[in-house]
Amino acid sequence: MALLSMQNISKTFPGVKALDRVNLDVKKGEIHAVVGENGAGKSTLMKVLSGVYPHGQYEGEILFEGKPARFSSISDSERHGVIIIHQELALVPQLSIAENIFLGNECATSGVIDWRQTNRRTEELLAKVGLMEAPSTLVDNIGVGKQQLVEIAKALSKDVKLLILDEPTAALQENDSRKLLDLMLELKEQGVTSIIISHKLNEVRYVADSVTVIRDGMTVSTLDATAGISEDDIVRDMVGRDMTHRFPEHVRSPGKVLLEVKDWNVWHPEHVDRQVITDASFSVRAGEVVGIAGLMGSGRTELAMSIFGRSYGRNISGSVKLNDNEIDVSSVDRAINAGISYVTEDRKTLGLVLDETIRFNTTLANLEGVSSGSILKRNEETRIAEKYKDALAIRTPSVFQKTVNLSGGNQQKVVLAKWLFTSPEVLILDEPTRGIDVGAKYEIYNIINDLAAEGKGVIMISSEMPELLGMCDRIYVMNEGALVGELDASDASQERIMSLIVNE
Amino acid sequence: MDLAQSDTNPTPEVKAKGIGEYISSHLRQYGLLFALIAVMAFFQIVTDGTLLRAVNVTNLLLQNSYIIIMALGMLIVIVSGNIDLSVGSVMGFIGALAAVMIVNLDQSVPLTIFVCLVMGGVIGAAQGYWVAYWKIPSFIVTLAGMLVFRGLSLWLLEGQSVGPFPKEFQILATGFVPDIFPVSWGDSFANMLEIRRVKHVNILALATGIVAAAVVVWLGLRQRAQNKLYGIEDEPRSFFIARNVIVAAALIFVTYKLSLFRGLPNVLITMGVLTIIYAFITQTTTIGRRVYALGGNQKAAKLSGIKTERLTFLAFANMGVLAAAAGLVFAARLNTATPKAGFALELDVIAAVFIGGASMSGGVGTIIGAVVGAFLMGVLNNGMSIMGIGIDYQQMIKGLVLLAAVIFDVYNKNKQG
Repeated sequence: MALLSMQNISKTFPGVKALDRVNLDVKKGEIHAVVGENGAGKSTLMKVLSGVYPHGQYEGEILFEGKPARFSSISDSERHGVIIIHQELALVPQLSIAENIFLGNECATSGVIDWRQTNRRTEELLAKVGLMEAPSTLVDNIGVGKQQLVEIAKALSKDVKLLILDEPTAALQENDSRKLLDLMLELKEQGVTSIIISHKLNEVRYVADSVTVIRDGMTVSTLDATAGISEDDIVRDMVGRDMTHRFPEHVRSPGKVLLEVKDWNVWHPEHVDRQVITDASFSVRAGEVVGIAGLMGSGRTELAMSIFGRSYGRNISGSVKLNDNEIDVSSVDRAINAGISYVTEDRKTLGLVLDETIRFNTTLANLEGVSSGSILKRNEETRIAEKYKDALAIRTPSVFQKTVNLSGGNQQKVVLAKWLFTSPEVLILDEPTRGIDVGAKYEIYNIINDLAAEGKGVIMISSEMPELLGMCDRIYVMNEGALVGELDASDASQERIMSLIVNE
Repeated sequence: MDLAQSDTNPTPEVKAKGIGEYISSHLRQYGLLFALIAVMAFFQIVTDGTLLRAVNVTNLLLQNSYIIIMALGMLIVIVSGNIDLSVGSVMGFIGALAAVMIVNLDQSVPLTIFVCLVMGGVIGAAQGYWVAYWKIPSFIVTLAGMLVFRGLSLWLLEGQSVGPFPKEFQILATGFVPDIFPVSWGDSFANMLEIRRVKHVNILALATGIVAAAVVVWLGLRQRAQNKLYGIEDEPRSFFIARNVIVAAALIFVTYKLSLFRGLPNVLITMGVLTIIYAFITQTTTIGRRVYALGGNQKAAKLSGIKTERLTFLAFANMGVLAAAAGLVFAARLNTATPKAGFALELDVIAAVFIGGASMSGGVGTIIGAVVGAFLMGVLNNGMSIMGIGIDYQQMIKGLVLLAAVIFDVYNKNKQG
């Protein structure tokens, strides 16, 4: 019997069709995995289901327990027993485990909290999820893995019928992940139906009874996994297209070594005794695209940001050479002047001044280039912004459009324009295609190829291994703050990258 | 840089923008201007023309001069994403310092002015240091500053009022620019206009107004021509003409009124020059641009190579200098320094900036908006005082005006978003 049936769900954002007539059927008492690449629409689908996008903001029909469900908010869906645990945990770090579990749902009579009952029930729930911590422990003082368990305990406190876990193991270590998956299986025995979103296929194989594959906002297939399923089947459906068509053709002939980083060490900015980057050494040639692969939290962004003007970490040591000369990268403006650009991972919070125009953002990192004696030449500025708008095909009525109104792909192009205008020799691109649609991705790949053809060195950090395999000449593999391997494009594969990460 | 065109054709989502859409996207600027005009018209009528009498127009400018001078600095502080609650106290403290130096210690006026401005800068820098480099919220640092400098003025003045000031200090606030044109011109002009009560018209004041109006219109036309050249979406012609006619007429009208009394107040010149300088700095210099970036998105600004700490520090140091300047003008105007000088004035300054369209979260706001906002508050104060409305109602009305302006902003933003 189907507990949940989502029929023909469509959801459009300005400039992007995130979901296109998606179907999802979840049977009662099963663990159903929803898989797909980053940006395929998995999280959006779950936000539709849990009422983050309320009824009316999407098209299509949701049947829950056989009845049409029109959730108006998260609390509405929770009342019906649909509980989602997001990638970013929604716990209040300054409150205790017990307080977090019953937040908004307190054991109280006329507003006065019954602490004895709260603690007793918390202990029961913690025992259920296998977490050995006192109810009064502050959430801030336990690790991410345990916090994940607190989230699940919180869900269980609310009479859950359908538990949704959005990439629950993304930030977890191997053994914590395994514990969490075992807990899911245990909950299944107790009759809890769950949906797990993941792109770690070994985990999907381990827990799932059925698998729905989503690609580019559409349902590709639903596979029955009870009788066993091969990862190849899932991968074929996930990727769909030939690799050759997803990435533009390129022929590269890398020249001499442009950037060389040696023995780079970085310590955590707050936890003084934690080393984040250990003895990292790597190089980029002129006209070469070099990838850095690794899981989330492996230190890729920290490596890039610590090189770019010491924007991250403390006690940084090591040398950076550009064209065989040691360069000073001790502040952001010095790094920019030396010829390094860093296109941030998160364009909205780190890349753009969203309330300002395309023109404002394009020239922001190189105002000297559009001013004389610190007085801005605004017509020149307009000309520059127009030039990059045309060169990067930024789709907008004018360069006076606020960047907040642009689609993700166009926002990313504005960020690229900003950095191209600083005339860098080396560009570090951190997740350059995250959260943008397939067409825009292809255009970004074209821009990267053009930059390499001009003789610039490109370092590309990405969580999408196919992207690295399709675009890079060489790939460094990073794990737990160290570069654990280096692969040539010709003999790199997802399996080889993965095994380098795992065998560390 | 030579980047090849991508293979997909750009399909700009160009929409022809109608006048209606133009109004709705620029409602804030026009709204503020119309609000000022409406409030002035209202008080002009209910006070039987007292509001725009020559002597009252002069008074209006003098009364609000120190608010406007401080609003210039406050705008920058608020755009950078901070706030300064200490300016009223700093202003009072500097007034006290000037009084003690001149009256009690017999120091010369130029030396006193110099020392006071430097002291203002040091005070601003000291507060900015904690905000910028220690990341202590500006609300807390300047709240502490507000208490400290209020206490310091009390201590410095030993709880007494100190004054009066010599003439040469008083002219800072109460002096007028002498007419450079022959007296006979002004007299015959007065005759020509057949104004009975006025024996003399200050030609310099009137001429200044006409020249200023001409410059404003000329700059507007030049900008418009350039915008056309670069294909920038511009305001509809009718709006451009209407706006310029109103602004030019207002400038000429105000200076005309001033010319019927004693001419251009020194303070008006100071205020006008400072306003132009700060409008220029915020709109057309790299440092101004960086302040907007800092307030709009501090992390992005920092990762774009902007020295955000130094910029915050400078914003506060600048605020300190302007608060000192305002303190000198205020003391000169009252001709005495009192321990209560500048009490709660920071709130008027902050209100003016927010009424002028600045955003609490930073990154948004203009100098002209802040100045118009200050005038709006000033006209409200002045008009209600002439009408004899009690201070109780005045406070309530000013509070509601501030709330209405901000609600208007938020409503507009939500509608657009």
